[in-house]
Amino acid sequence: MKSDSLTRAFMILIRRDLMLAVRHRAEMANPLLFFILVTSLFPLAIGANPNLLQAIAPGVIWVAALLAALLSIENVFRSDFEDGSLEQYLLSSHPVSILVLAKIIAHWLITGLPLLLISPLLGILLGLHADAIKVLFITLLLGTPVLSLIGAVGVALTVGLRKGGMILSLLVLPLYIPLLIFASSAVDSAAAGLPVTAHLSLITALLVLSLSLSPFATAAALRVSLS
Amino acid sequence: MSLNEFFHMGGYGFYVWTSYGIALVVLLANMIAPLRQRRKILNDIARTAKRRARRDT
Amino acid sequence: MFNNFFHRMASPRHFYGLAGTLIPWLAIPCLLLTLAGLYYGLVKAPPDYQQGDSYRIMFIHVPAAWMSMFIYVVMAGAGAIGLIWRIKLAEVVAISSAPIGASFTFLALVTGSIWGKPMWGTWWVWDARLTSELILLFLYLGVIALHNAIDDRRTAARAVAILALVGVVNIPIIHYSVEWWNTLHQGPTVTKFDKPSIHLSMLIPLLLMAVAFKLYYAFVVLMRARCEVLERERNTGWVKELAEKT
Repeated sequence: MKSDSLTRAFMILIRRDLMLAVRHRAEMANPLLFFILVTSLFPLAIGANPNLLQAIAPGVIWVAALLAALLSIENVFRSDFEDGSLEQYLLSSHPVSILVLAKIIAHWLITGLPLLLISPLLGILLGLHADAIKVLFITLLLGTPVLSLIGAVGVALTVGLRKGGMILSLLVLPLYIPLLIFASSAVDSAAAGLPVTAHLSLITALLVLSLSLSPFATAAALRVSLS
Repeated sequence: MSLNEFFHMGGYGFYVWTSYGIALVVLLANMIAPLRQRRKILNDIARTAKRRARRDT
Repeated sequence: MFNNFFHRMASPRHFYGLAGTLIPWLAIPCLLLTLAGLYYGLVKAPPDYQQGDSYRIMFIHVPAAWMSMFIYVVMAGAGAIGLIWRIKLAEVVAISSAPIGASFTFLALVTGSIWGKPMWGTWWVWDARLTSELILLFLYLGVIALHNAIDDRRTAARAVAILALVGVVNIPIIHYSVEWWNTLHQGPTVTKFDKPSIHLSMLIPLLLMAVAFKLYYAFVVLMRARCEVLERERNTGWVKELAEKT
């Protein structure tokens, strides 16, 4: 009985966030455009030498994805915080970690998924070959949820703060570094024709770890921030 | 080792002494900061109490 | 009797007094051990076969690096104790440790960089250990920044505890990933910090400095903790009395 209503609450939260996002469809474009823009800055800054671009492409695309995710994760709890719904989640009889997970999933569908879908285009822009682009896609598929999960903890810690955005970056970026290392080196390896199973396993491990721990940490952080 | 050799450190004197010097500065600063902080807090509290006493009389 | 001791310890006022008494008992041995370590390290130990006298930076660099990690773990542990059992002093110790840990991390980085110049010819190398230390510094700075950003001291301490715990889980992951990254992108130099075996004449000053640094952390964290206690308890009678007296 209890778990039934929990499942319903879970699905309702996801559906509600998705509906809100669809209503403000234009806003969904922002992280996407940021992603494309930042990636495009590098050829402009470094020169269009195709060998150089190809060499730096995995790192550049992943850093851009990281920054785009960071910018967009700020909003995962913002509107709920402002209208008081966040407190309601904490007061409800449902485990907060599950509700938080619902919010994060919805957020990923709205922001992470578009980044994932546009990434092959960016790979082409920077001259990556098909094998590398395939692996890029897989790393982003596994990695962008990790970005949302880790980012959520940071947002939960800073949700009540005025200048939360700057501090958020300082808190979350160091935690993103292992993922960045594994993901970009995976694409590098793919570009060189080497096997990538080790890299992908490591990224999957990060995904599983953050999936199991982050909702609890986020819930605890929300309780602290809203106390 | 003569005093001269000690300072010279086999040609690496600059590197060795800069490192030890920075270490000294950092460690001293970490000791001095709480001392000053403590004095500041206590002075601050005393001043506020005085102000309040003056205001209430 | 022990139970009584712990109950009194949990009181900030008693902690303040006890810490005040302990500080000189930690500081003086620290000074003595430091002087001994410096003597054995700078005077008695012979020059290194490969690195000449520049290796003596190690006597600062290595203990500082050890402290940077040790303090982070203590900070996370104290934070956890504060979160789980709501013990105020644990929160105080956690937040007092952060600037000290950051200082040691900074020191490890700077001395590592300075040591690197004569060794590798460049002021910075993306060596696995130095890179991990750099990321550790970011983690410390994040803790300090978060604490400064939150007005209420108790909320700040609890938020910082969560952040420190998330950080401590990540530290081994970061270490491993950076080492892996470093072997992938093998630089032109191999790290010389990994000595296969260390001569006794060099080991002794290293250990002396390591213990000295631990004592240093102990008395400095007590000093900072006393300040934090004063801030938190500024409206209580005993603090006001204390302020009148000075």
